[in-house]
Amino acid sequence: MPVFNQSRQNFIRLIFGATFLIIVVRLFVLQVVSDKYKMLALDNAVYRKVVYPDRGIIFDRNGKAILNNTIIYDLTVTPYEVKKVDTTFLCKLLGIDSTEFRERIISAIIKNGRYRPSVFEGLLSLELQARLEENIWRFPGFTLIERPIRNYLFNAGAHLLGDIGEVDTAIIRRSNYFYQMGDFVGRSGLEQYYESVLMGKRGVQNLIKDNRNRLQGSWEKGKYDTAAVAGRNLYTYLDIELQQLAEKLMAGKVGSVVALDPQTGGILAMVSGPSFNPNDLTGSARRAKYASLVLDVSAPLMNRATRGLYEPGSTFKPMGGLIALDMGVITANYGVSCSGAYYGCAKPIRCEHSNPGHAANVRLALANSCNSYFSQIYRLSVDNNKDRNVKRGYTHWKDYMNAFGWGQRLGVDLPNELPGNIPDTTEYNKDYRGSWNSCTNVTLGIGQDKMQVTPLQLANAMCIIANKGFYYTPHFVEKIENETAKDTLLNKFRGKHEALTHISDQDYEAIHAGMQDVVESGTARSARIPGINICAKTGTSEKYTILDGKRIKLPNNSMFVCFAPRENPKIAIAVAVENAGFGSTWAAPIASFLIEKYLTDSIRTERMKEVERISNTNLMPSYLRRKQFVADSTRAYFYFNLRKDSSYIRKYLRGYTHNESTPVKKATPRREESGYVNDDKQFKNLAAR
Amino acid sequence: MSTHVGITKSIDGLLLWLYILLCITGIVSIFAATYNEGDDILNSFLSFRTDYGKQLIFFVFSIIIGVVILLTDSKFFTATANLWYVAGIILLLLVFPFHSNIKGTESIIKFGNAFQLQPIQLCIVFTNLALSKYISRTETDFTKLRSQLIAAAIVVAPAVLAIFQKETGLALVYFSFFLVMFREGLPAIVLVIGFSFAILVVATLLLEPNVLALILTGIAMITAYFMRKQIRRHKSVLFWIIAIWAVCVGIQRFAVPFIFDHVLQPYQVKRIYDTLGKDYVPKDAAAIADIEKNATQKKDDGNYNVKQSKIAIGSGGLLGKGLLKGTQTRYAFVPEQRTDFIFCTIGEAFGFVGSIVFISFYVIFLFRIIVIAERQRSTFSRCYAYGVASVLFFHITINLCMTMGLAPVIGIPLPFVSYGGLSLITFSAMVFILLRLDKDRQMVLR
Repeated sequence: MPVFNQSRQNFIRLIFGATFLIIVVRLFVLQVVSDKYKMLALDNAVYRKVVYPDRGIIFDRNGKAILNNTIIYDLTVTPYEVKKVDTTFLCKLLGIDSTEFRERIISAIIKNGRYRPSVFEGLLSLELQARLEENIWRFPGFTLIERPIRNYLFNAGAHLLGDIGEVDTAIIRRSNYFYQMGDFVGRSGLEQYYESVLMGKRGVQNLIKDNRNRLQGSWEKGKYDTAAVAGRNLYTYLDIELQQLAEKLMAGKVGSVVALDPQTGGILAMVSGPSFNPNDLTGSARRAKYASLVLDVSAPLMNRATRGLYEPGSTFKPMGGLIALDMGVITANYGVSCSGAYYGCAKPIRCEHSNPGHAANVRLALANSCNSYFSQIYRLSVDNNKDRNVKRGYTHWKDYMNAFGWGQRLGVDLPNELPGNIPDTTEYNKDYRGSWNSCTNVTLGIGQDKMQVTPLQLANAMCIIANKGFYYTPHFVEKIENETAKDTLLNKFRGKHEALTHISDQDYEAIHAGMQDVVESGTARSARIPGINICAKTGTSEKYTILDGKRIKLPNNSMFVCFAPRENPKIAIAVAVENAGFGSTWAAPIASFLIEKYLTDSIRTERMKEVERISNTNLMPSYLRRKQFVADSTRAYFYFNLRKDSSYIRKYLRGYTHNESTPVKKATPRREESGYVNDDKQFKNLAAR
Repeated sequence: MSTHVGITKSIDGLLLWLYILLCITGIVSIFAATYNEGDDILNSFLSFRTDYGKQLIFFVFSIIIGVVILLTDSKFFTATANLWYVAGIILLLLVFPFHSNIKGTESIIKFGNAFQLQPIQLCIVFTNLALSKYISRTETDFTKLRSQLIAAAIVVAPAVLAIFQKETGLALVYFSFFLVMFREGLPAIVLVIGFSFAILVVATLLLEPNVLALILTGIAMITAYFMRKQIRRHKSVLFWIIAIWAVCVGIQRFAVPFIFDHVLQPYQVKRIYDTLGKDYVPKDAAAIADIEKNATQKKDDGNYNVKQSKIAIGSGGLLGKGLLKGTQTRYAFVPEQRTDFIFCTIGEAFGFVGSIVFISFYVIFLFRIIVIAERQRSTFSRCYAYGVASVLFFHITINLCMTMGLAPVIGIPLPFVSYGGLSLITFSAMVFILLRLDKDRQMVLR
C-alpha cells in the first residue's frame, strides 16, 4: 500500500514549492518592484516640521525700528497627558466654565488627536501668561508655547505697515503651493508688498514620529534638515515722529494725510483716519477687535491714502494753471474779469470773490482761488485751436493729467492702490451720446465733475510741481538689507520720471508764486510759518451721501496741498479731512504743523496748544451713526432670520430698553410661537432702509 | 537496535540546527520589534519583564522539554497517542465552562495572570499522534471509505470544537491534516473538490451572483458540447454535468451566503472581504459592533494592520534598513507585530534578500521533514512527519500571506518566530517528537 502512494510525496513537494514561489514573487513585487511602500513608510514616520524664521524688521529714516518681532504665548494642551488637573482653578484663571473646558478638550482631540498638542487658549495676555506660568505645574498636559508675533513699537502706521495673517486656500494656490496651511503671510500694507523679503527662508526639520504621532527625535541625524534664514530688514523713508504727529492730528477725523519727500519720492508719513492701534490686532484681543473694525461703517481698516477717492476741488487749480500755460492758451499775465460767477456756460459757476481784479493774472487767480478764471482756462485748454476738436483737445488735456499721475495707479509699494478717475472721452461719449463740449464738463477746471484722486496722487502732484516736472514713484522703502541684484522690488522706485519737465521754468515760477501767495495773503494764512516759504493750495469740495433713501448734502471736504520750502522743496503734503468744512480751517493747519515738525524738528510751544485743540476735535460725521445703526440692525435681522434667535434683534426694536440681566443668548423659540411673526413687516422696513 | 545510545546519536542535525536558528531569529525579531531606546539590553534579556526576555526563557524551556522527549522511548508515543488525544479533547471541552474572554476568542483558559493555556494549540500535536496511530494500525485499510471517514473525524472533531470557541484560524489548521491522508491514499478527488470549492467561494464574493451563475451555466454548456460524443454513448454523463452545475450554483447562491451570514463572525467576513479588496457592508448594528470589538486599534479601518504591514515589508527594499532602524516597526505602526505580524520586522530590517534567506530556512526545514518522512520504516512515523510538515506548511504560508495581504487575517502565528510561549513549546514538542521518532527510523512502530 505505501509503495502505491509513494509518488504522492512529489506532489506534496510540488504544492510546497509552488506556494513558496508565490510568496517569493509577492515579496519581490512588494520590496523590489514597487517603491510606493517606501514613500508610505516615510509618510508614516517622518514629520516635516517647518521652522519659521524671524520676519524682517522695518526701520524708519532715523534708524528707529518701527516694526519688529516679539514673543507671545499660547496655552496648549495634550489631551492624553491631562490627568489630575486642577480644573476649577484653571477655569477661574481663564475665565471659562467647566463645560467650556470640556468642549475645548474635545475639540482639541478632534483637531489634532489625543497625543499631539493643540492650542487651548491662544495669544495670552501678559498678565494671564505670568499667572499661568506660575501655576503650570498644577496642570499636567498643559504647556505654554512661544509664538512670535509682530510688535508695532510706536503703535503707529497701522495702515502702511499692514499685518500678517494665516494663509487661506486662495493664497496657497496663488503661491503655487509654496505656502502651507498654518503659515503666516503679510495680508496688507508693507507686510504684504515686501512679503518675499520680510519672510526669510523657512527651514525644515525632519523628525521621527511614532504610530500616535508623538515625536521621537530627529530623522537620519538631521541629514536632510535645512536651517531657517531670518527675513531681511527694510529701511524706509518714514519719519516715525512725523507719522505719530500726523496720526495725532487726524484723531477723530475721517480723511488722510500723505507727506512725501519730493527729491526722492519717499513717503515721510501716511495716515488714514479713522485709524486703530495695530498692536490690538496681534495679541489676545485680535478676534474681538478685528470684528469691530470690520463692522465699523467708517471703514477704519481702509487705507484712505491709497484707496480713498476725493474730488480735488480747488487743489487741482495749480495743475489747471500749468496745463493752460504750457499749452500756450494763456500767459502768466492773462486775466479774467470775474464778478462773482462764471457765466460762460449755461449754468453759472459761483466764485467766492467778486471784487474786480482778483483774477487779473494767474498768480492772483491762484491766491484768490477764482473759479471763473480756472473754468475759463480749462475751456481754453480743451478748445485749443491746435487740436481743432473738443474731443482731441480733451484727450490732450487728459494726457497732461495722466502725466501728473492722476487717473492711473502710481505704483506705490502698498497693495491694492486705486487709480482714481480722470474720465476718458468714451465715458463722456457714452453719457452724452457723443455730443458734448467744454461746457459739459467745465467743472473739471475747478477739480470737480468726475475727477477723483487719492491723497497720495495729490501729494505726488505737489512733488511734480515742486520739482518743476519730475518725480519719483512714491514709496516707503529706501533699501533692503543685503540687497542683491536679484531684488528687483525697488528698481521701479529708483527711476526718475521726467513727466512734465517740458513745462518751462517761468511757468512753474508763476504757479509757485501764486501758491506762495495762498499762504502769505490768500486762503491758507493759518498755515504760515515764519522763515519758511510754503507753497500751498486749499480746496473745498462738496459731498453728498445717500441716507435712508434720500440724497443729502454733507459738510464739505476740507482739502489742502502744499510743499515747502519753495526754493528747495523738502516735503510735499496732501491733507484731506472729510466733512470738515473749508480747507483752510482744518486741513491747512494740519499740514502746517507737519511742515514745521519736519523742517525745524519741533513745533513752537505757542502752537502746541493748537495741535492739542485740533487733535481733540472730533470731526466724525454725524451721519455715520445712522449708517452704523442701519448696518447693525440689518445684519441682526439677517441673523434673526437665519437662526430664529430673537436676541439678535431685541435691541433694535423700537421701545425696547436693553436689560443687562437678560441673557444675551436664550434657547431658540420656534418661529410660530415666538410672537415675532407679526413684527415681520417692521423688520423688513428696517432692513430696507 | 541499540536502545541506550547518546541523546544526540543519529539525530537529524540539519533539522535541529535549523530549528535553533529559527528560534533565535524569532527572539532577535521580537527584540527588534519591542526594544525601546535606552533599555538595558542584557538586563532585559535576563529578566522576565520584556517580551524578548520571556521568549528566551520559553526557548530554554522548550529545549528542556525537547531533551526530555529525546530521552523517552519512541514506543511511548505510539502507545499513548490515543490517550493524549482523549486528554486533548477533554481539555477542549473543559474550555467551554472555564474559558476567559481574551481578544474576542473563547478558547483560552487562564491560570492567574501569568499563565494562559489554549488547548486547541496543544491538540494539534495530539491529533497528529492520534491520526498517525489510526492510519498505522494493521487493521486499518485506508483504501476503504470507512477508514477515511474515521480519520477525517479524528481531524475534524477538534476543529469543530475550535469553531465553537470562536477560534476559526486555528480550526483551519486542522484541515492541513488532509495532506497527510492524501499521502496515505485519500483519493485525489477530495483535494480537487476542496480546491474547487475554495475557488467557487472566492468567485462568489468577487462576482455578481447572476454573472457568476451565467458563467457557470456557460462552462456547463461548453463542457456538454465538447463531451457530446460521450453523452451520446452514456446519458449519465449529461446527468453528472447537470448535477455538478446544480451543486455549484447551489453553493454560490445558498451555501456561501449561509456560511457568511450564520457561520462566520462579521469581523471574519470583513477580513475576508478586505483581503479580496472589496467593501463589506455590515448587515445590522450587531455586526458593526462585532467588527469594532475585534478591531485591533481605534483607527482600524478594517485592513489597517495589513496596510501597515505591507508598508513595513515594502519599505524594506532590496537590502533592508538594518536591525532596529525600520521606522515602521520601531514606532509601532504595525499592531501585533511581535506575534502574528513578526515577519514585518524581518522584511523591513533585512529587505528582500534577508527575507529570502529567512524563508529558505523554512523551505529547507519542510523539505527536510519530507525526506525524513519518506525514510521511515514505520507508517506511524511517516504519518507523523507528514503531519508536522503539513501543519508547519499551513502556518508558515498563511502567516506570510497574511502579512503581505494575500490571505485574510486569521491570526495564526509564525512557527518558532512569533512571540508566544505555548505556540513555541507546542511547535518545539512537535519537532522533538519527530526527531525522537526519526532516531528509531529503522524500527517498525505500531
